[in-house]
Amino acid sequence: MAAAAAVRSSMGLTLRLSRAIPDCSSCPLNRLKSCGVNPQSRGSFESFRTMNRHLQTSIGLCHSEEGSSNAEDPEDVVNVVYIDRSGQRIPVKAKVGDNVLYLAHKHGIDLEGACEASLACSTCHVYVNAEHFDKLPDPAEREDDMLDMAPMLQENSRLGCQIILTPELDGIELTLPKITRNFYVDGHVPKPH
Amino acid sequence: MGGHGVLLLPGLRRWTPGRSAWMSRLCGGVRFSSCTPKVCIVGSGPAGFYTAQHLLKTHQNVHVDIYERLPVPFGLVRFGVAPDHPEVKNVINTFTQTAKHSRCRFYGNVNVGKDVSVGELKQAYHAVVLSYGAEGNRSMGVPGEGLAGVYSAKDFVGWYNGHPSCRELNPDLNCETAVILGQGNVALDVARVLLSPIDILKKTDITQPALEALVRSQIRRVLIVGRRGPVQVACTIKELREMVNLPGTKSEMVEADFDGVTEALKDLPRPRKRLTELLLKTALDTPGDKEQQRRHQASRTWGFRFFRSPSEVLADADGNKTVGIRLAVTRLEGSGEGARAVLTGEVEDVTCGLVISSIGYKSHPIDPSVPFDTRRAVIPNTMGRVKQATGLYCSGWLKTGPTGVIATTMNNSFDTARSLVEDMESEALDLSSVKTGSEVISALLEERGVKSVSFSDWEKIDSVEMSRGEASGKPREKILTVEEMIQVART
Repeated sequence: MAAAAAVRSSMGLTLRLSRAIPDCSSCPLNRLKSCGVNPQSRGSFESFRTMNRHLQTSIGLCHSEEGSSNAEDPEDVVNVVYIDRSGQRIPVKAKVGDNVLYLAHKHGIDLEGACEASLACSTCHVYVNAEHFDKLPDPAEREDDMLDMAPMLQENSRLGCQIILTPELDGIELTLPKITRNFYVDGHVPKPH
Repeated sequence: MGGHGVLLLPGLRRWTPGRSAWMSRLCGGVRFSSCTPKVCIVGSGPAGFYTAQHLLKTHQNVHVDIYERLPVPFGLVRFGVAPDHPEVKNVINTFTQTAKHSRCRFYGNVNVGKDVSVGELKQAYHAVVLSYGAEGNRSMGVPGEGLAGVYSAKDFVGWYNGHPSCRELNPDLNCETAVILGQGNVALDVARVLLSPIDILKKTDITQPALEALVRSQIRRVLIVGRRGPVQVACTIKELREMVNLPGTKSEMVEADFDGVTEALKDLPRPRKRLTELLLKTALDTPGDKEQQRRHQASRTWGFRFFRSPSEVLADADGNKTVGIRLAVTRLEGSGEGARAVLTGEVEDVTCGLVISSIGYKSHPIDPSVPFDTRRAVIPNTMGRVKQATGLYCSGWLKTGPTGVIATTMNNSFDTARSLVEDMESEALDLSSVKTGSEVISALLEERGVKSVSFSDWEKIDSVEMSRGEASGKPREKILTVEEMIQVART
């Protein structure tokens, strides 16, 4: 468990350093209770930007991970296409360092993230298009463990919360698995024994 | 008390301002099929909340009321998920957002089936979704099951997780060996809690009485017993890995149990293959120096025992306490998932002082008017629509049986919500008459002396638990009685 916790916190650190997830727990504003933002409210990331106009926190955690208010650096832009469960294509302009799960939330795409990117569930399961699948770094063992729980697992399955956008992922297409109307979502029927 | 803003003016009848009164006047006497649909959900665990979430998202007018028997929400996320799995509980944030949605209301401390009937809910709402889960457990059905020292995993987990009904369990941990029947994730959670270093547990939201009992515990060996073989084990790889890596422990397995397993690997689907590979490695690999060293220093052991089925719990001379368990030896017929365990006639006795049966939760019927399949212990349904009933739906374990993680329940609940919305839009569900929803139910409850707990009342309880936990370095110190929960809710 200690080893797992170490991996978890280092992954969290990586994601925080890449400005992908705000981590309120170590932000001084949170400890002083002067952030004023409900951390549980998903759509509140805009507020982080406003709060920090006057305060510079060295951690950089409270910077919104959405589109920067500054001029977009074209080299920073990553084009992403989400294909939702009804087959609809939703193109999104993202930035290097964006997290695929939170990016989906920002654009109202119904990709669930029950455990909030802590590798404790499989609700952010996506299929990655072949061209970009191999460009992703190999999944950590812990991601593979959680992917094993995902219904309708395929060769090109990944957990959205573990995909951080890089320039070479420009054009990536992420398909949300269809939820089939079966007794078990993957068609599995348990055999009584 | 919760509600949609009911005002009491002296001398005037109770009236509700706003939309529903306006809609009533509009709908009164006119066949108007788009009255505000009102749905109630019974049970506030993941199934209830995910059903509510999907309904609110896909239908712009529906109002959802969630009824919960306890004063506190979240069901198994609060009472089932292990204390050392806090990330799994993050889903509470999602559920909190749903509860605070303008078209959602939470009513805690309301016992559907006792304080109010399903029939009364059906009268008050356009649709009722039953998602109250599985509060019972399958029994082993063997002699000695009622002895001191034998517990269901449901009760044991409820005890260390602070469920008010399990507060007095007081399991006796003054023995060296514990035997757990069943090899699913719940069995592994129990094993892990029994053997985890106290330094790890004391920083979790495990209850204080459980923590103190575990500090005094003499248990040094846990056997996790299943009637089939390694390829049929029901746990998943994350939980197995946690056992393998549990500080201060080493595993002991029976090598012969693994005959033929390596050969079976190549035909297994990926999840089963990875799990079986880890199991084989743990059971059979010769450890390197570092691992040898670690095992040498381990003071606690755990292991799977395969091909064993309980046949009797053995008592001491006075016939009161558990001193052992008699296990029938089985063999497999068939292979893979469909393999069946068949008795061989041999038995094996294992000395132990604690027996925990982790062979499955079980749903109970709530009301004679609701169809219930007693053999499978689920509500008969098609895609969440209760069979031979209109306006009645079900989601979660009550719908599909008591297995699956939060992701499974999520899909299952979205599915039911989808059926319900389809029925609203196709008019398979009659929305032509105005339903008063929580107004009439709240009045009934008040008449009956039942005081519901609102979501903001729960937030007071939440806040008290968290601040009590802070004092001892825990995320929260759970309140253990319904009385105290209500007392805090009323402050």
